[in-house]
Amino acid sequence: MQAHRLTVAALSLMSALAAAAADAPAFKAGLFDPPRQAPDFSLQGTDGRELRMSRYHGKVILLAFGYSHCTAVCPVTLATLAAAHRELGAAAADVQVLYVTVDPERDDRARLEAFLRNFDASFIGGTGTAAQLAGVRKDYGISARKIPTPDGYAYSHSSFTYLIDRTGRIRALMPYGHSPGDYVNDLRILLKE
Amino acid sequence: MRARSIGLLTVAAVFSAALVWSAFAPIHTASRDEVFVIPKGTWARRMSGDKVEILPDHIRLTLGIRDVLVLRNRDEVPQIFGPTLMMPGQSFSLPFAQASEYTFSCTAHISGQMTIIVDPYPANPWARIAWHARELLSELRQPTGTT
Repeated sequence: MQAHRLTVAALSLMSALAAAAADAPAFKAGLFDPPRQAPDFSLQGTDGRELRMSRYHGKVILLAFGYSHCTAVCPVTLATLAAAHRELGAAAADVQVLYVTVDPERDDRARLEAFLRNFDASFIGGTGTAAQLAGVRKDYGISARKIPTPDGYAYSHSSFTYLIDRTGRIRALMPYGHSPGDYVNDLRILLKE
Repeated sequence: MRARSIGLLTVAAVFSAALVWSAFAPIHTASRDEVFVIPKGTWARRMSGDKVEILPDHIRLTLGIRDVLVLRNRDEVPQIFGPTLMMPGQSFSLPFAQASEYTFSCTAHISGQMTIIVDPYPANPWARIAWHARELLSELRQPTGTT
């Protein structure tokens, strides 16, 4: 009799867990399993302070890479992130967008700050020496290739955005082209944790 | 002559039945994951000059059937695999929700990029026939290509 009750209880628990799993909201981004700790770095922040990942522990971070002269990818990504940030309302206070340049020659602090202000004044950019930025790209698996153009040069660079949770772990990667709604969906999941 | 006709009729009947089946049978898959694995020792093999190909240049997925790309790094070193850097033992699952063609940078390929074609769910009979035909061809070409 006791065994029967235990079996029923175990089955009920399993059903409840299965139902909870089925109801769990799904991420729109790609997920890492297990998540790894986001490598820390030290860059010059557009807010005039040292930019370190560890400064934002406790917040959910969206980390993107690009450059202010980018005409194709970066404006779309940053506009999408800005729209998602607005859509979050008050919860956006717990989300920080970080944008690290791949173009140290042209993106000094002032240039990057002015560029980001076009999208959202709360976004913080990071710049530094070519060696510093190359080190950050290596740690995050970011590609950036300089391409000569008739009026100078451009970069072909990784276009995805990392989603980093409140404890500083890289949880997900959102490929280029997703909507603000997809970001909001995933940010809400991470903010609830 | 009669035996030959019966043979041809049988083949035609079997072909027609297969066509009808593939047009109307519900599509079931055990998992929506399309899994690719970097096996242990891949980096060492590359360092010794062996050109190891893990990911195909083009990956084809279908919404609602197989629409989650799963990459697993079972090697002992970090790898740029598909769109991202993956640590040893780490997996990356990327769901797709829109039919389109996606291009990612990928150092695993000589071209430096990988293309993922996501087809819409085969909702009508013709699309189902095409899907089954592609699956059959894929099985015939790469019976052990993925794990």
